[in-house]
Amino acid sequence: MLTDLTIAQAAEGLRKKEFSAVELTTAHTDAVEALNGRVNAYITVTSDKALEAAKNADITLAAGEAPTLTGIPLGIKDLFCTNGVRTTAASKIIGNFVPPYESTVTAKLLENGAIFLGKTNLDEFAMGSGNLTSAFGSVENPWHRKDDASVLVPGGSSGGSAAAVAARMAMGATGTDTGGSIRQPAAYCGIVGLKPTYGRCSRWGTIAFASSLDQAGPMTRSVEDAAIMLSAMAGADPKDSTCATVAVPDYRAACGRSLKGLRVGIPAEYRAPGMSEEILAVWQKGIDMLREAGCEIVDVSLPHTKYGLATYYIIAPAECSSNLARYDGVRFGERAEGATSLDDLYEKTRHNGFGEEVRRRILMGTYVLSAGYYDAYYLKAQKVRTLIQRDFTQAFEKVDVLLTPTAPTAAFARDEKPEDPVQMYLNDIFTVPASMAGQPAMSVPVALDDKGLPLGLQLIGKHFDEETIIAVGSALEKAAGFTARPDLRAGVSA
Amino acid sequence: MSYTIEGNTGTWEIVVGLEVHAQVISKSKLFSGASTLFGGEPNSHVSLIDAGFPGMLPVINQACVEQAVRTGLGLKARINLESRFDRKNYFYADLPTGYQISQFEHPIIGTGVVQIELSDGSTRDIGITRLHLEQDAGKLMHDQDPKRSFVDLNRAGVALMEIVSEPDIRSPEEAGAYVRKLRQILRYLGTCDGNMEEGSMRADVNVSVRKSASEPFRTRCEIKNVNSIRFVMQAIEIEAARQIEIWESGGEVDQETRLFDPHKGETRSLRSKEDAHDYRYFPDPDLLPLVIEQSWVDQIKQTLPELPDEKRVRFQQDYGITAYDAGVLVAEQTTADFYEKVAKGRDGKSAAAWVTGDFFAALNRTGKSIEESPVSADNLGAMLDLIADGTINGKIAKEVLEDMFETGEAPLTIVDRKGLRQVTDTGAIEAAADDIISKNGDKVAEYKGGKDKLFGFFVGQMMKATGGKANPAIVNDILRKKLDG
Repeated sequence: MLTDLTIAQAAEGLRKKEFSAVELTTAHTDAVEALNGRVNAYITVTSDKALEAAKNADITLAAGEAPTLTGIPLGIKDLFCTNGVRTTAASKIIGNFVPPYESTVTAKLLENGAIFLGKTNLDEFAMGSGNLTSAFGSVENPWHRKDDASVLVPGGSSGGSAAAVAARMAMGATGTDTGGSIRQPAAYCGIVGLKPTYGRCSRWGTIAFASSLDQAGPMTRSVEDAAIMLSAMAGADPKDSTCATVAVPDYRAACGRSLKGLRVGIPAEYRAPGMSEEILAVWQKGIDMLREAGCEIVDVSLPHTKYGLATYYIIAPAECSSNLARYDGVRFGERAEGATSLDDLYEKTRHNGFGEEVRRRILMGTYVLSAGYYDAYYLKAQKVRTLIQRDFTQAFEKVDVLLTPTAPTAAFARDEKPEDPVQMYLNDIFTVPASMAGQPAMSVPVALDDKGLPLGLQLIGKHFDEETIIAVGSALEKAAGFTARPDLRAGVSA
Repeated sequence: MSYTIEGNTGTWEIVVGLEVHAQVISKSKLFSGASTLFGGEPNSHVSLIDAGFPGMLPVINQACVEQAVRTGLGLKARINLESRFDRKNYFYADLPTGYQISQFEHPIIGTGVVQIELSDGSTRDIGITRLHLEQDAGKLMHDQDPKRSFVDLNRAGVALMEIVSEPDIRSPEEAGAYVRKLRQILRYLGTCDGNMEEGSMRADVNVSVRKSASEPFRTRCEIKNVNSIRFVMQAIEIEAARQIEIWESGGEVDQETRLFDPHKGETRSLRSKEDAHDYRYFPDPDLLPLVIEQSWVDQIKQTLPELPDEKRVRFQQDYGITAYDAGVLVAEQTTADFYEKVAKGRDGKSAAAWVTGDFFAALNRTGKSIEESPVSADNLGAMLDLIADGTINGKIAKEVLEDMFETGEAPLTIVDRKGLRQVTDTGAIEAAADDIISKNGDKVAEYKGGKDKLFGFFVGQMMKATGGKANPAIVNDILRKKLDG
């Protein structure tokens, strides 16, 4: 089936004329049509545009010299502004916004020949760990527990992208990761999710959540595909001052690289109390596989890990409270009726336009930045962030890469959603520290738990050393031989 | 010169600090490529960044940074090689992103000093606390529609330099002199046009009063957005009087932001400390710290023009003119340049007298700026040469200058066209003198009888007879000889 191919396989098939880009795209638009009513992975479907682009891709392919992603159908997280295509951030407040510009990352993908199937669902403004906060409804995880029909969450915030890739409704997708929003849903949906080094991909044209943390990355079904996509997405951008001006390597070449003599760090602090035996077992399995592949396993310590989550939930809301101030009803979105003053207009518009979780984080952020609390919260959090960064710097003096679990549990069911938001935030406990330090990190699916749900392991690398995590990830992937597919997917009736 | 106010309970001193917002002269805005042209159609110079569109990011404009450094050097201030941009968060309809990007904690320019001159000829140093870069906001228009307000974002994102003074100012006159001097320096540097009418320079005035110079500062009020030097001076006077009245009646001045209403001659409360904004400053995560090289600062230093203070001293030395004339001539760089062209290689005092006298008067009368002057510096200089070499005398020169203003012609052309060359032929002058003496026998007798003042009468008659063209020195000489001899 065309929808089961990886990007690498499809790119080869297109060049060998085994099938056309139109056929490949049609297989995917059909899958989207068949499944999206249930999975809800896409907020906006652009099948007509995709088929039009596929025709052009076939012309380019026929002429030869086509860029790598020519004719490859992808899903685009609805946080990336796409020229002429509605971009919502899964929020009511800009639910009808059609940008007159293309984000740098998506522009690079288009230049590389990619075809966009539509805009994928997410937690509102990327705030959430279960894709339960979208104004356009929740996403259903294509995986289900054995003998249990409960609808599971795909993870968040890039849950739409993860579900689309897992359910074969896209060959790959873009995600954004602020505290784990690529890696955690990748783990929940049994796919590969790569968060590059902060500054590796331009943030220009991506709707901001927390500017000092947000980073775009690929979500795919293989490590090689992630490498292919990242090569297309990364690179310097004069329009983003925080985007690094370092050369982009050919990441694909790092796949299959020998791991002989590589030092893999196992951080003691990631052995969190109350962690499930299954997660611990998978972690051990990963350690064994890497030792087998020639790696040296080294115990390391990241002593400030335990403060990661608390610090994150000060800094990210602080930045979001400021970044989201522009949605005030003056220029975008639905303006509340019947306002009696300018302040009233802001209050009503923002109350009606933002969902509960976004409002909660804006309030938290406003609080921690306010004059009387700035030093106690924000400033302190910045100091702790520096310590967390130093932990990583020191660890990477001893090792080349770190191996940890991606998430403390497998995907949970919608109705098991914790009532306490703080409980919900614990989903990000393993992903947040790398985000705080700007390290590149990747989740690779390695096993199924006893209920048949995928579990992922996380690799954390040195700054701008995505190559090493790709090399290790691809070895892990090979050793794990993870071939399981979700029950809900293209070609299987929904 | 001390300025004090007599209250019912004694003498009060005023304490003033100024925050001047100066719009940076640059082609594009502080963080976007949009044009900074003044007076375009509303919202015609707005980029997606200025309008705060989703996903847009600021990128610092190096030209604006260079202007700030230039200004810092001009204010003899410390240049901070590392500075930072913070976000100042508040909601207002003319602020598209909901925050202003400004340098709150780490400004690009640190302490400096401005020397002001007062009307009694004394000078004083006013300390500069800091200069920082920030974005301007847009403009709300409330008079276009009965029910709605409109937003014009043309100015949104334009670079401003906020120049903060120490509370060193002690009188309205000093405040006026300070703003004038600051404007002069900025114009010399070419970093701000100082045009207060167009809003490219405006001031927030902090005023407090105290009983004596040894008393600590009392509560201050800030008067926002005052847009002329005259209003700055008026606002200080009125606000100081208001505060003194409160203190003297046993009240307490509240720290608050006020507005100056020049029509009613009063300041009014805008917002009090209680409902003051909590701006929630924090480092802008979209921008890296601004790091500049000392070598670049040194390069900029090389391109600084001679500033008014140095120029004034040099003019006094090089051209032997008075401090007052030098001050007038350096007020504007174009005037100083004009004067120097006229004075170079000539008598500096005479050049200063002609430029500040008849030449300025003619400009004033015709409503022209020095750039539009029909009389070039070269032609004015040529006219001085004609006086010096005796071709014309000073009186004729005034007539020639008027003609030059009308025709723009060279002075010699006019002199020849009108036949204004000075008569130096002693024979002709002697004949005229003989004629006048013989016709005015009575006056000659009076003169010889001791009425010396009548000498002027004879000179006048001589000038009349020669159409003003006679060389005055020769006239004097011959008349004396004939009358006294």
